Amino acid sequence: MSEKINGAEALMRCFKEENVTTIFGYPGGFIIPVFDALYSYQKEFDCILTRHEQGAIHAAQGYARVTGRPGVVIVTSGPAATNVITGLADAMMDSTPLVVITGQSIVAQLGTDSFQETDVIGITQPVSKWSYQIRRAEDLPWAVARAFYIAREGRPGPVVLDLTKDAQTQLFDFEYKKCRFIRSYQPNPTPDPNDLSLAADLINLAKRPMAVIGQGVMLGHAEKELYAFLEKADIPAASTLLGLSIMADDYPLNMGMVGMHGNVAPNRKTGECDVLIAIGCRFSDRVTGDINTYAANANIIHFDIDPSELNKNVRVFLPVLGNVKETLPAVTKLLKPARHTEWIAGFKTYKEQEEKEVISRDLHPEGPEITMAETVKCISDQSGRRAVLVADVGQNEMTSARYFSAGPGRQFVASGGLGTMGFCLPAAVGAALGAPDSEIYAVCGDGGIQMTIQELGTIMQYQLPVKVVVLNNNFLGMVRQWQELFWDKRYSSTRMQNPDFVQLAASYHIAGRRVEKREELSEAVQQMIDHKGPYLLEVHVEEEGMVYPMIPAGQPISDIIMGRTDTK
Amino acid sequence: MEKTLYTVNVYSENTVGILNQVTNVFTRRQVNIESLTVSRSAIPGVHKYTITAETDEETISKMVRQIERRIDVLKAFYYVDDEIIFQEIALYKISTDRVLEHGALEQVVRRYNARILELNRNYTVIEQTGHVEEIQQLYEELQPLGILQFVRSGRISITKSPIERLSDFLAEMEAKRQASEQV
Ligand SMILES: Cc1ncc(C[n+]2csc(CCOP(=O)(O)OP(=O)(O)O)c2C)c(N)n1
Ligand SMILES: [Mg+2]
Repeated sequence: MSEKINGAEALMRCFKEENVTTIFGYPGGFIIPVFDALYSYQKEFDCILTRHEQGAIHAAQGYARVTGRPGVVIVTSGPAATNVITGLADAMMDSTPLVVITGQSIVAQLGTDSFQETDVIGITQPVSKWSYQIRRAEDLPWAVARAFYIAREGRPGPVVLDLTKDAQTQLFDFEYKKCRFIRSYQPNPTPDPNDLSLAADLINLAKRPMAVIGQGVMLGHAEKELYAFLEKADIPAASTLLGLSIMADDYPLNMGMVGMHGNVAPNRKTGECDVLIAIGCRFSDRVTGDINTYAANANIIHFDIDPSELNKNVRVFLPVLGNVKETLPAVTKLLKPARHTEWIAGFKTYKEQEEKEVISRDLHPEGPEITMAETVKCISDQSGRRAVLVADVGQNEMTSARYFSAGPGRQFVASGGLGTMGFCLPAAVGAALGAPDSEIYAVCGDGGIQMTIQELGTIMQYQLPVKVVVLNNNFLGMVRQWQELFWDKRYSSTRMQNPDFVQLAASYHIAGRRVEKREELSEAVQQMIDHKGPYLLEVHVEEEGMVYPMIPAGQPISDIIMGRTDTK
Repeated sequence: MEKTLYTVNVYSENTVGILNQVTNVFTRRQVNIESLTVSRSAIPGVHKYTITAETDEETISKMVRQIERRIDVLKAFYYVDDEIIFQEIALYKISTDRVLEHGALEQVVRRYNARILELNRNYTVIEQTGHVEEIQQLYEELQPLGILQFVRSGRISITKSPIERLSDFLAEMEAKRQASEQV
């Protein structure tokens, strides 16, 4: 049965069909009809008005990352559309499913530089999985159905629908058919049985196997399949930054994190292993360091759903194309139960070294100043089991990755591939809405928070129980760290004079506190945790703190700097 | 690394903006497009792009996969010259007076398998099909006559292999479509 409705109303019905519950938006001239329709759907959808379109899209990303469902964004044309570009690029890099709707000028004026007209398709194509302009209302259901399918299926990603004013207002016969198939897109490529058996053979013969776990395992909902795989062949495993929160910290086969600021043991063992099994990751240069020396003694097996990732950065011995939800159990079946006790024990030596040379110095520093590590560890220890840490970018992010114990289940959210400062606060807004039963910690730097600090307004308006933690070192810390190490301590444009963050929060009616002394830290963290509703904790941390270990960009990953004494 | 001229065939749905997405992949990797031809293919609704570019095999294979990754692209393939039959077309416009002065144009036209498309008091238009080098040779031969205008098309190509990879792909996808509707 169909009846005549306008495009804006049709969009609401499409959303209902796709089980949308939360929308992040910001209105404007060329999207008013859609917001008008939203007004009648206030019971069905929570429409969250952010304070900036970049805030809206990062919030949608945070929402998508904690729920696994597409985040929905609605903004107007022109400047609003250009304001979402950073979020699109970020979501594209980090495979985050989003459906982003931008308003657009009327069809008759397209191409004439009419008011607030931008070439949205042209601008967004390189940073989105799919982008499409809807010119007629009758194309809307088809395009929306396709958008959700593309955003969600296969390797997820952001999709843009550029919705002309005409398409929002025209009346047409509405009918919705969910998209289940696109001829030109194979979201789940069929695995090749030969690859699967070859992979099993290689692993069965391996003396020193090691796995690197990326976000693909989470995106494919293949956590259980992963554990079964690792346990059957007794394979030690490490996560990438976005692969954190797949294995519990105390999972016996979890060897920590790889990468530039990852743990010593898995980074060193990458060079020692004889078979490296990469699962749902993309060999970012932050993980591999110098590509020519990466895993030099290993045959690499790469499990991934995206054919364009296979052999893209690292030449692998065996690419295994397919959804890991399917390929992992298929290979597990062919594995012989094995034990690699001695090999796994070897990780311990490096772990102890890192414990002694880095971790204990971070957590029990000699100086009076609080370290970022202490703060994050304190939050990690005192928070509940369902705590989600949303990090920003810089030292605060790397420290969070290293010291927050994220249990399995999407408990760590950070901008990985794009490294977008300002991601944290709005992403925490989305995380709070997507995971209302979790404690949400937004851990950011003094620099990053100021890139999207206006979202305190969103937190205030919706009284979202986000605990904002500003790790204030009065520096663009990570850049300062590079300047200290590689640029002769010439601190060009990295020192920052900051506002009083607690007072700033207060003007948004958000409670807060500043901590400067170590003795107060634990109690202040507890006060934040116990506080109902939003809170801002500003922690004055060591100004010239460093994140170690560190592998300088482009160097072999065996070149690990363990601390200041290494560089003198 | 050794550079080779590759011919890339891209098949896509007939949606707006694919050309941008395809050429973006070349731009990002700083590979110059030598020639580009876009037209409808024999299959209704499917467009075919023929692109030539000089690069190494590793780069072209990665680029082809990144092109294929775009949602509306059906399939993309790359070939070296041995694997395809290819052709270009060129048009030359010369003043008729100069042609008459030359006197031996017939031999030239025969030698290059060219033909005269138009001849009037003012100018003569010669058409030639062939490979890049042949077109270049005729160009040089005619140059002394003063070429008023010259244009060459991009390459079009057909594969030598007996396997029709696009048709096979479409058949496979059609089977998947039917399966998806049964769920
Ligand atoms: C949008 C953006 N601009 C610039 C950078 C480069 N950058 C990376 S880390 C960093 C410093 C971040 O400083 P702060 O937010 O105070 O965090 P800290 O490193 O001090 O913890 C900068 C400027 C970036 N990643 N993103
Ligand atoms: Mg800072």
